[in-house]
Amino acid sequence: MRHRFSKPRISRTLFPLTIALALPLLLPAQGGRGGRGGAAPPPDNPKAAAPIDLTGYWVSIVDEDWRFRMVVPPPRDYEGVPMTPAAVKFADAWDPAKDEASGDLCRAFGAPAILRQPEHLHITWQDDRTLRMDTDTGTQTRVFHFGDWKAPPGPPTLQGNSVALWETARPARGSPPHGSLKVVTSNLKAGYLRKNGVPYSENADLTEYYDVLKEHNGDTMLVVTIVVTDPQYLHEPFIITSHFKKQDGDAGWKPTPCTVKW
Amino acid sequence: MTRNQVSLNVAILLCMGLPALAQIDLSGSWASKNHEDALERGAGPNPGDFTGIPFNDAGRAKALSYKQSQISMPERICAFYSQWHMMIGTFGIKMWNQADPVSGKTVAWVVGAWEDRDAMIIWMDGRPHPGKNAPHTQSGFTTGVWEGDVLTAYTTHMLTGYLRRNGAMTSDQATITTHFIRHGDILTLAAQLDDPVYLTEPYYITRSFVPSPTVINSAGMPCIPGDEGVASGTVPHYLPGENPLVEEMMKLYHIPQEAALGGAQTAYPAFRDKIKDTFTIPPTCTRNCAPRN
Repeated sequence: MRHRFSKPRISRTLFPLTIALALPLLLPAQGGRGGRGGAAPPPDNPKAAAPIDLTGYWVSIVDEDWRFRMVVPPPRDYEGVPMTPAAVKFADAWDPAKDEASGDLCRAFGAPAILRQPEHLHITWQDDRTLRMDTDTGTQTRVFHFGDWKAPPGPPTLQGNSVALWETARPARGSPPHGSLKVVTSNLKAGYLRKNGVPYSENADLTEYYDVLKEHNGDTMLVVTIVVTDPQYLHEPFIITSHFKKQDGDAGWKPTPCTVKW
Repeated sequence: MTRNQVSLNVAILLCMGLPALAQIDLSGSWASKNHEDALERGAGPNPGDFTGIPFNDAGRAKALSYKQSQISMPERICAFYSQWHMMIGTFGIKMWNQADPVSGKTVAWVVGAWEDRDAMIIWMDGRPHPGKNAPHTQSGFTTGVWEGDVLTAYTTHMLTGYLRRNGAMTSDQATITTHFIRHGDILTLAAQLDDPVYLTEPYYITRSFVPSPTVINSAGMPCIPGDEGVASGTVPHYLPGENPLVEEMMKLYHIPQEAALGGAQTAYPAFRDKIKDTFTIPPTCTRNCAPRN
């Protein structure tokens, strides 16, 4: 004879257990069909919650757009950039001598263009909620604020105001955490997408996705997908990707000021 | 049926056909914007532009022997491209998953063929790569794994093909690791090309796609060799030291030969110091200058 209390006792145990096991399988990974488009709620300690390690020294590998990045391209070379007529008119008037004379040397070193420079990056945690990126080329500093950070009022700046969040993937059982960093930057001072005067305006916004990839030869690569929108100077979002290789130390780190003709 | 049995059956049914954790949907038609490397991914790169390619001496010599009319050889008209063309070609891609009809599990992800590139079938079922002496094809053999929500594919067994469409070549020992990364409506591909025959270190490039407003039809077009002016049995080429196009990058962009001829060092920031003192900005752009419409 079955014990009259045994059946409901098993049910109360197994039913929630079954649902608990099934539910995670029913729920889409964060971002669902749209990939990593979904954002995790702001963690209390973004540094501790980091699903990837961006810190350390990275060196850019310049094997795309070489002639636009390693040297200054000729005036009126606009290939690939979805420029509006207003942008073309602006860029046609580019005069490097005038930029030098005015002391405006860093126009191609703003946030939308800085990761196209041949450079080293040094990424560190400034505190538990703030990631800092320094570049040797142009000696620029970007600051990525996590959580509910609000930008203080102020004029546009070269590196703008950047808000960051982790986009985490639910890892397979037993796998290490995966994810990426999304950074949205606004309040940008106008500058150049390319050194030959291809402009972005103060209406531009920048969205970036940072992914860290481990290659089978042991290299660790940082791939940054860069999306610049600018209703004034771009007729569609300007989408490019830059990649960097992780270094063991600061080899090659060589701070140099912004330049116009080089 | 007890509540236990019902819940257990529900759980089993729910598990069937569901993807493993952390898989996302990569399927659809993806258009290439070609905002970077627009020339290389559009009409084709400048002749003599090997900047950033980590050539060894053999890779450089092979590239400098190349004449563009090689692709008009009757023997090569239908040779098509290897899978590396997905990273350097002009067009978008179409992706879908191939599911097992019984279990519903994804057996393979497929990057559809284009007219000059065969389909990439990324086997997800754990099958091994063929042995090293197995036949090679333009499409090669590809397996994949999910790393978080990044699909990483590994391709081997390709025939020799183009690294850049101006004569830079890959050997039949080359392998490609391709990462498919989706961020909302942007699909980014990051690919590493290893080639012990022509490169001193991996060649790494990245590119992004966006959803295509129109369907990209996957098709491997039939190819019929025609007469394109190159006689059968001849191989258009330049002998060592006779390639007249090695000065092309200097003429157009003031990029010196030591940069244009590639080598791993040309991809690193420190290389700029070598050419800094001699570089001057060209007076104006003379070719392929227009912005993207």
